[in-house]
Amino acid sequence: MEIQIAHYLVVAGILFAVGLTGVVVRRNAIVILMCLELMLNAANLALVAFSRVHRDMQGQVFVFFAITVAAAEAAVMLAIIIAVYRQRQTVNVDEMDLMQG
Amino acid sequence: MEPILAAAGAGHAVAFYAMAALAVASAVLMMTQRNPVACVLWLVVCFVGLAGLFVTLEAYFLAVIQVLVYAGAIMVLFLFVIMLLNLRPEDLKAVALPRIPLVGVVAALLLLAAVVTVISASRPYFGMSVAGILAEVGPTKDSVRDIGLPLFRDWLLPFEATSILLLAAIVGAVALTKRKV
Repeated sequence: MEIQIAHYLVVAGILFAVGLTGVVVRRNAIVILMCLELMLNAANLALVAFSRVHRDMQGQVFVFFAITVAAAEAAVMLAIIIAVYRQRQTVNVDEMDLMQG
Repeated sequence: MEPILAAAGAGHAVAFYAMAALAVASAVLMMTQRNPVACVLWLVVCFVGLAGLFVTLEAYFLAVIQVLVYAGAIMVLFLFVIMLLNLRPEDLKAVALPRIPLVGVVAALLLLAAVVTVISASRPYFGMSVAGILAEVGPTKDSVRDIGLPLFRDWLLPFEATSILLLAAIVGAVALTKRKV
């Protein structure tokens, strides 16, 4: 069977859903951050697929920027997790309830 | 340089299904693993699968970046932090079911509606065969050149702004983790 763009979109959708489920279900802040990275990558896959459909490299340039921003975001988020761990000796998000969220 | 997958129909399909299965299976394993180190390693496998999917789309440069930057650098950063924190065993009991099932069901239904809306909005492109498009455009001769020209011609200012963003992230990360500010 011939591979169509919808195949790539379905894979991107599944990966995004898995990442979102992880963000909702997991309690370890580091694992939640990893699931966020997975969601970003699912979006990247859809962008590259559409970039190929439109025969336009701008989509890939956008993915390049998304990867760069994801790297910066991961560094800052991990720094925040370390700072929180210093304060409260935990990375469990259920115990970070200072704002009663 | 010869393209790895020169828009060959059957080979393209096999590569797609193999890489998609690898990415999805390792993503599910990543989400369900209890030990965060195992999560990181499965996520690395997932990113390798995604890089393979980029190759099937002839986005060679991004496939390399995906492995070098994501699977290499960012995931090692995660591993460093996990080992730095030296988590107690009780912190590893991390998988939990949502305690309010109704809210979860409503959220899942809303998400499903959103996903169906987005995917059906791209219906005009559904029938487009990737292999056909690749054959029509022709094999990519120089993937780095193709992505470099728009990057440094049309998107030079955002590119330079990204360097400032990365500098801000570095300074911010150091400032956040300093013991005494």
